[in-house]
Amino acid sequence: MNGAHDLGGMHGFGPINPAVDEPVFHEEWERRAFAITLAMGSHGKWNLDMSRYARESMEPGEYLSTSYYEHWIHGLELLLLEKGFLTEDEIQQRMTDIATQEKT
Amino acid sequence: MSKHHHTDPLPDTVLRVKALESLLVEKGLVDPAALDELIETYETKVGPRNGAQVVAKAWTDPEYKQRLLENATDAIVELGFEGRQGENMVVLENTNEVHNMVVCTLCSCYPWPVLGLPPVWYKSAPYRARSVIDPRGVLQEFDVELPETTTIRVWDSTAEIRYMVLPQRPAGTENLSEEQLADLVTRNSMIGTGLALDPESKE
Repeated sequence: MNGAHDLGGMHGFGPINPAVDEPVFHEEWERRAFAITLAMGSHGKWNLDMSRYARESMEPGEYLSTSYYEHWIHGLELLLLEKGFLTEDEIQQRMTDIATQEKT
Repeated sequence: MSKHHHTDPLPDTVLRVKALESLLVEKGLVDPAALDELIETYETKVGPRNGAQVVAKAWTDPEYKQRLLENATDAIVELGFEGRQGENMVVLENTNEVHNMVVCTLCSCYPWPVLGLPPVWYKSAPYRARSVIDPRGVLQEFDVELPETTTIRVWDSTAEIRYMVLPQRPAGTENLSEEQLADLVTRNSMIGTGLALDPESKE
């Protein structure tokens, strides 16, 4: 399948602008996304190739405009749904609940 | 101050991560203590300091260097570095003739046990796209100028094989200890987007 991930040799992305002394994680959600992805990986329900396939299934425009750990979370969510660990409704409901809690 | 260039997360990403974590914990699929430990490990224990020790040992011990170039995975385990994303390691030696540089054009494959987690630029579209067609231009962005006669080899990592560059030992370091040498080995020098530091110019 073609996806936006196959970037080798593509033109037009501009300069790299490497950051100096960047932290391992930039924000708390990146820490959490990293850790739950690794922890769920150790259940052995999918392998690295499956995780990558799930991340790369992102719609190309979205893939290119989102950051690394967003790709991870997209992939993790897809695998959790596919393997029946969670349902979409459950996730939506929990997001609503947390958002409501945070407002109060 | 350093500026990072990743895009801000989508509006509901942060919420989504919280929801996933909370559901997975509730169902007993992940252990909160284990999550904290994973984060701590990759924030404080696994990082380029590990790779720098491997390089410094290779600079000072010719037999170790030979083992490292022949079977990097085993030679790196000798120093106690192993684990996720480092199961099959290959070490590439830089010389006056050849400069090696590592990329993962498809995603972000990177040798975690020796270098830690990859920096944002390594995972970025510009680096992944350009390093395979314009390595000299990319190196310029990292302030690395190599003689025209030096061949640049770019290695595209895969999920299976992870590469680490063995940078050249700087001149004038004959009397330095292994530990002092390790201080000269930067993360970028082990990716190939940098050189080991000159002891004279190092602060």
